[in-house]
Amino acid sequence: MNIVFWALLLTPFLITCIGVYLYNSIVALENRVDNAWSQISVQLKRRSDLIPNILEIAKQYAEHEQAVFQQVSAARTKLENASSPVESATASKELTAKLGGVFAVAEDYPDLKSDRNFRQVQEELSSTENKIAYARQHYNDVVTAYNTRLEIFPSNIIANLFTFNQRELFQESDQDID
Amino acid sequence: MATFTWTEIRSNNLRTSLLFIAFFAIVAGLATGLGYALGSLILGWGIGITFFSVYGLIAYYNGSNMALSLNGAEAADQSQYRVLHNVVEEIAIAASIPKPDVYIMKDEAPNAFATGMQPDNSAVAITTGLLRDLDRNELSGVIAHEIAHIKHQDTKTMLIAGVLVGSIAILSDLLFRVSIFSERGRNNWLFILLGIASMILAPVVAELIRLAVSRKREFAADAKAVELTRNPKGLAGALQKLKDATEQMEQSTRSLNHLYIRSELGDSSIMDRLFSTHPPLDDRISKIQSL
Repeated sequence: MNIVFWALLLTPFLITCIGVYLYNSIVALENRVDNAWSQISVQLKRRSDLIPNILEIAKQYAEHEQAVFQQVSAARTKLENASSPVESATASKELTAKLGGVFAVAEDYPDLKSDRNFRQVQEELSSTENKIAYARQHYNDVVTAYNTRLEIFPSNIIANLFTFNQRELFQESDQDID
Repeated sequence: MATFTWTEIRSNNLRTSLLFIAFFAIVAGLATGLGYALGSLILGWGIGITFFSVYGLIAYYNGSNMALSLNGAEAADQSQYRVLHNVVEEIAIAASIPKPDVYIMKDEAPNAFATGMQPDNSAVAITTGLLRDLDRNELSGVIAHEIAHIKHQDTKTMLIAGVLVGSIAILSDLLFRVSIFSERGRNNWLFILLGIASMILAPVVAELIRLAVSRKREFAADAKAVELTRNPKGLAGALQKLKDATEQMEQSTRSLNHLYIRSELGDSSIMDRLFSTHPPLDDRISKIQSL
């Protein structure tokens, strides 16, 4: 009698405790995802800000390469308008490729290549590329942990109850790259 | 790869805990012996705890700065060491910690170390010789190794280990003096022998434990560095260059050797290995290549 009474009293209490714990751990992971994403956005923004600088310098030496520069500007705009991680990743990859074109141009213009400002901005750009790659690595790890948490039992019950949604990886889509 | 890394780090943490228990056991044993010699256990333990906390507070509040200034490290100029600052920031992003402060040591020998009690208040220091010898990928590998130490809180562990070794040295010395001059000691040869034995043995044992903690941590930091950079070649190449380098650092103290990525002491003979703060570079390189 006594045991039944205690069991009836304690079971809902225990279930609530476990539920609160699971809910909090999902929220904590979700915050880590947001934080990791903001790391990527900061670096994407920084690269966008550097691009006008490098184009400005490059134009002084290589005015006949307008086509290359315009492609970079177009890719930059595309990245700035991207609204999801997959779109951003795809646009970012394209921008990296187009920027490669500018550095290839520099190979043909020794004056440009040896310009002190150009080299400085080039170092900043490649460092920012690395930062994007590392931030992406971290973001994808955290998102994978978060998505797994939403799928596995018993946290999936809480996730469905409070409608937590899976997040996208920062990953290029297979199409759209020209 | 990841599984191997994580099991390795877990077993390291377990071993480190065991070694720290051994450390505390020595401190406790010495304090008890001291208490016995002085005729009051409380007094002995009181002395033990006092020394330990004074040392601990100094290390906690000033350990980082002391390590940096003892090694002649100066804050690295933002524009002069642009690439270095960038690499540190890149790896900090990969490890998801705030960017550590960057320090330069004007020394031809290639070397680096990290220090700090918390990940959000830490520093990495490298020599100008290292900057000169390594390419960007190798530099990333070395910085990743140092940031792994910060991320694993090894810098804190090693500062605490240093405190313990220091306390043990002082306590065993005290015990020796007390055991000779105390009332109890004068009437008891066995006790004097015990005092002498503890004076000689305790610091040696403590030192050996500290070195073992340090060696285990080097492998774990190498593994983490590869995980952060996803590029085993960078770190392996850097370690190869460290191995081939012949210069010795001008300003490095033996007691701080365990902080460095490259040991300034030899590592070939058995004695060298037992007393070494680092595993041999060859072992580290082959382990990295097997990741």
